[in-house]
Amino acid sequence: MSRAETTQTALDPALLFKVVFLAVVAVVVLVPLLATVLGGFKSLGELRVNPFGLPDHWEWQNYADILLSARYWQLLRNSLIISTLAVTLTLIVASMAAFTFAHVRFYGSSMLLSYLTLGLLFPAATAVLPLFIRVRDLGLLDTYLGVALPQVAFSLAMSVLLLRRFFKDIPYELLEAALVDGCSYIKFFRYVTLPLSRPILATVGTITFVNSWNAYLLPLVMLNTDALYPWPLGIMVYQGEYSSEWNLILTFITLTILPTIIFFLLAQKHIVAGLTSGAVKG
Amino acid sequence: MARRIASSPTIGVAETSFSPLVVRGPSWDGRFTVLVLFLPPALLLFTLFVVLPIGEAGWYSAFNWNGFGRPTNWIGFDNYRFVFQTRAFWLALRNNGMIIVVSLAIQLPLALSLALMLAERFRGAVALRMLFFMPYILAEIATGLIFSFVYDGDYGLVASIWRTFGAEPPHLLASTDTAMLAVLIVIVWKYFGFHMMLFIAALQSLDKSLIEAARIDGATRSQTLRHVIIPLLYPTIRLSVFFAIIGSLQLFDLVMPLTRGGPADSSNTLVSFLYNNGISRMRVGYGSAIGVILFVICVTFAFTYKRWFMRDE
Repeated sequence: MSRAETTQTALDPALLFKVVFLAVVAVVVLVPLLATVLGGFKSLGELRVNPFGLPDHWEWQNYADILLSARYWQLLRNSLIISTLAVTLTLIVASMAAFTFAHVRFYGSSMLLSYLTLGLLFPAATAVLPLFIRVRDLGLLDTYLGVALPQVAFSLAMSVLLLRRFFKDIPYELLEAALVDGCSYIKFFRYVTLPLSRPILATVGTITFVNSWNAYLLPLVMLNTDALYPWPLGIMVYQGEYSSEWNLILTFITLTILPTIIFFLLAQKHIVAGLTSGAVKG
Repeated sequence: MARRIASSPTIGVAETSFSPLVVRGPSWDGRFTVLVLFLPPALLLFTLFVVLPIGEAGWYSAFNWNGFGRPTNWIGFDNYRFVFQTRAFWLALRNNGMIIVVSLAIQLPLALSLALMLAERFRGAVALRMLFFMPYILAEIATGLIFSFVYDGDYGLVASIWRTFGAEPPHLLASTDTAMLAVLIVIVWKYFGFHMMLFIAALQSLDKSLIEAARIDGATRSQTLRHVIIPLLYPTIRLSVFFAIIGSLQLFDLVMPLTRGGPADSSNTLVSFLYNNGISRMRVGYGSAIGVILFVICVTFAFTYKRWFMRDE
């Protein structure tokens, strides 16, 4: 485990094996991604003979065309609206519920919490057909909200658990002192709990955002109008239209995953902590 | 089970010191307001969009219904009978089984060995961790499309490798023999990084003194690994197995851009089978029956697993 061992001479067979192993995995992960980005810079003819290497002739047109198309921006805008709705609603609804579970003792509290946490076990696919009918009956079919509301509902269990755990760690003396000074529970929630809980709010927000941003099945079922499609749906439509013009499709893929990659590089620690802690603590 | 998850490890300051407040009038009012304002939105949303739909899936599964009007054509358990008589259902079930086997036999050992290598500090370790985690945050749809390019018989990377050896490139995704295999490879590619990160997080929070003690007592590197580190990781391994299996059972998004479950249903999962046969044709009853079967499998698995393997977590 120590530093000395890992910096031994390069002839150590264990070390050599390790380096080779890591390199192979890195190549396997990286090559499909790089080929995708580079593929967008090639003509179709060149892609066919040279899918791996750098393009002989850099074709900027593919990227420029898509970046200048209304279609691309509309997809991202739709995704952003849906994800923002889902994150905002989840944070509000889940933090209020978590606050109640953490700080208010009432009859049936643990029963209700168990009820909510059942959501961790339920496969979303089971609910999809009845959800479609419910959303249709509510008149929310083909709206952003019709996608976001079920997403919020399915993310509640995990979110409430994570938030409640964090809220409970806020020293009780703080609440007691505030109450004695005439602060209400609601004010305490607004001015003490929430500001103190930024890290966990960021974690929950990240999990919800990534899930919503990448979601496919729910928007597929709830949306019928192309103009409302989030990017995973839009990219499938695009692929259907340009079925074998792979250079265009690769360009489109690159540009649609670009926001994810940038977001990831900017906030990698949060994202890794968020996605794994969500798993572990759930 | 759920109650245990929720309340076990955080029993802290707050739990015991509540009682004095119960007698105080004003604070009870405050808490009542919180109760009435703060709890209903979550309960309502959860009930309306999670619990009721799942209950309704059970109800609808007893009807032959296309989703319009009200369900009236009661057919009892016939939908289930139809599902069980469909060969594609058993294929889908088999494929889910294969995904689980590959996840456990290949993905988890790979993730664990990478974690053991990357939990140590050396130049580039963090960069490699991030690189390996990257596939996990990519959308399944994007991943699937990238790999349908990789596998493409005319333009793809695999085809190019084949051609350098002078062989006729295969269309991996278009053959019933290879489609599922191709999907399985993508699954490992996409998800190993997540499990690796779980293991790295666990390794970094291990009690280092135990490992040092073993080394001082003369244990070799591999003995320490086998008898100290791995046993200390058991809770994380059990958790990782749990996520691998639950995730495998619900796999859908990745399959759609790759094969849509085809050719000839050879690469369907339970959920893509549900989509192709229930949702896309609006056969609400039949689709709900598949959904209920999936539900029963998931919930039975989760409860059994928690009872047998995760009793103390």
